[in-house]
Amino acid sequence: MSKPLEIPTMDMTHKEVMRRIEYTGDMLLNMGPQHPSTHGVINFLVQTDGEVMKRAIPEVGYLHRSIEKIGERCTYNGFMPYTDRVDYIAAMFANQGWAMAVERLGGFQVPKYAEYCRVIACELNRIASHLISVGTMAMDVGAVTPFPYALREREFINDLLEELCGARLTYNYLRIGGVAFDLPTGYEDKVAHFLDHFEKILDEFNRLITYNEIFIKRLANLAPIPAEMAIDYCLVGPNLRASGLSFDVRKQLPYSVYPELHFEVPVGKGEVGAKGDAWDRFWCRVEEMRQCCRILRQCLAQIPKDKEIMGKVPRKIKVPEGVEAYSRIESARGDMQYYVVGGAGENAHRVKIRTGSFTAMGIIDELSRGLMIADLVALIASLDVVAPEIDR
Amino acid sequence: MQDFIDNLIRSWGHDPAAWPWTQFLYLAFMGAAAFIVVNFAAISAGIFSWAERRVAARMQSRVGPNRVGPFGFLQWVADAVKLLLKEDLVPAEADAVLFRAAPYFMMVGFACVFVCLPFSHKLIVADLNIGIFYILAVTALIVVGIIMSGWSSNSKWSLFGAIRSAAQIISYEIPAGMALMIPVLLAGTLSTQGIIRAQGGWPWQWFIFDNPAAFAAFFIYFISALAEGNRTPFDLPEAESELVSGYNTEYSGMRFSYFFLVEWGNMWVMSAIATTMFLGGWQLPGLSPARFDALTGGVAVIAEIASLALFAFKTLFFVFVVMWLRWTLPRIRVDQMMNMCWKYLVPASFAGALFVAAWMLLVHEAPWLGQAMRFALTAIAAVTVAAFALRTLKNLRDTGDKFDFTSNW
Repeated sequence: MSKPLEIPTMDMTHKEVMRRIEYTGDMLLNMGPQHPSTHGVINFLVQTDGEVMKRAIPEVGYLHRSIEKIGERCTYNGFMPYTDRVDYIAAMFANQGWAMAVERLGGFQVPKYAEYCRVIACELNRIASHLISVGTMAMDVGAVTPFPYALREREFINDLLEELCGARLTYNYLRIGGVAFDLPTGYEDKVAHFLDHFEKILDEFNRLITYNEIFIKRLANLAPIPAEMAIDYCLVGPNLRASGLSFDVRKQLPYSVYPELHFEVPVGKGEVGAKGDAWDRFWCRVEEMRQCCRILRQCLAQIPKDKEIMGKVPRKIKVPEGVEAYSRIESARGDMQYYVVGGAGENAHRVKIRTGSFTAMGIIDELSRGLMIADLVALIASLDVVAPEIDR
Repeated sequence: MQDFIDNLIRSWGHDPAAWPWTQFLYLAFMGAAAFIVVNFAAISAGIFSWAERRVAARMQSRVGPNRVGPFGFLQWVADAVKLLLKEDLVPAEADAVLFRAAPYFMMVGFACVFVCLPFSHKLIVADLNIGIFYILAVTALIVVGIIMSGWSSNSKWSLFGAIRSAAQIISYEIPAGMALMIPVLLAGTLSTQGIIRAQGGWPWQWFIFDNPAAFAAFFIYFISALAEGNRTPFDLPEAESELVSGYNTEYSGMRFSYFFLVEWGNMWVMSAIATTMFLGGWQLPGLSPARFDALTGGVAVIAEIASLALFAFKTLFFVFVVMWLRWTLPRIRVDQMMNMCWKYLVPASFAGALFVAAWMLLVHEAPWLGQAMRFALTAIAAVTVAAFALRTLKNLRDTGDKFDFTSNW
């Protein structure tokens, strides 16, 4: 294997790149953004020797949209629709992170009923996000059918969320101090009906793909991440838990109404291969969907009857200049953190968002060495990288 | 076909050997046969493209093409017209001559197979005495087309697809060829019609149930045929999620459609070969080939049509199985693909051929053993199919009723 330095980097001139390629005899592949399995606008520089890769460099910053800067120019409430665009697959979490950060900044209280609405919306969204993740991962390994299966179920969730907030992708449902809309009439029954259906479908999904022999052969022992390495690279969410570490913000740093809910945190066990391999990451997401169903059932049973959806929040939110607030939530892609510093006017002085996909991109370079091209695709999918969440 | 033309000339009162127009008549008939066969191949490929999309849609709980014609049946015509009207684009950096020529190599390699592919008792273009050997030989032309297209496109993804394809098709030709040698051993002939005649109409008379090695050989052949036809789980050369579209990435318009015409047409070819070699071909149950030959008049026509229908049914069933596999299984990796071929299929197929040779000697001494084995294997297969059906029913019950799409959603 060649030394890591031999690979051309993005800032080299064309001539330099060609010289290096000639020198090493390797092939330089530009993977993405038109490549079908880069999951959005991601670009990889792949140095390969035939089918075996020497290295794949992810280009972080390819889809930078200055969302954090926008957050500093908008009012606190006005930034809420923009947070949807941080992670369009799981927009509800990005909403919640922002709402919680500003609530801590201004010291606003959220009614319990609204917190339950938030958790119901978020957990539905988590199922939707994981469905996309496992579906696309199966598709990247070459099985096309699980993807429409997963998307079919996601459509039901989209219908439910549309009924709740009028949007199917970028919800803009949460408000600082509460939520925008009350649960519609009969919503609890519909969610319960969906859950009854969905838990059976999860078993069917496992029969279809999770325990498929070829699928296991493809993913077992693929790019295992040991627990220490996962910590070193700041991995969060299912990627971290697949390595055997039971770290879930909902459990370790409880927020909202999660302390009142009982659920387990599935961790990777290395059931078919090494602990923390791609199959474990897939399995963790499937199991998390099951736990989401559990949480949702409890929410439906425990939700208060007062229907109070907004706390006391002034129409114009102003906070003392220089106050800081930090919120951590467990997004579908893991630990999502918002850091806000109050500004002089109606907007923040500084907004910083820390997302799971960003760190997941960082580990690809290290893990990709010596893999085959087909495995790189599975590796990217198994880390559940969402392009806009990497760069915001 | 030569006998038919000779008889025709004799009925006109000429001697076929001396008549000056004999060769021209041969040529005319060959041209007509080629026209029919190539059109059959193209149209069946088109219909399969529609069928595959409908089957895939059903398996994925989608609707699929349903607008053009009844059940969307004319979708493939619309697609073909669209592809004909598209620009025939050659990339600026491509090797234009090779790039343009590559699809024709594919087409030739594919269309030539139909020369000795039987359809029914009498329907075959030419019953060559080296039939199956010829089929294996001309199929290899396809890989030339694939390598040409991949290399001349001057795209890295295409090149990857081409190299994978070369490795895959050439590797899998060995187990496929060896597996097909087992029916050849059993029948004592390479001619496709001869192999069908050596079998019988009832399942226990088929070569697949003749002995355990033949039973295994059927599956070895089927797996290898999937690999040679670039079908899932061996669709590595055109792996969409890995190689964009593999060797045909840079193609557009009609040239692009040739690649897919060959892929879909190959489904018929691989299934028809499996039916011919292992599943009794067109043999009608209870009608031995000798009695079939002796039939005359309307009964002969009915029997001919029945044999055609039976052959088509068996073949189309396997076409469906190929589609079914494609929409169920993930893709294996390139090293696993090579492992499977060289570590398992090649040794197994060679061992199978040796076993069959020994088995034939044994059965020659003790014919009751052959009969017992045939019935035992048929029974095992029947039990397996029943167990599969029960398992499917159980899975359906476990999932329960499908979601209610109509009420208030």
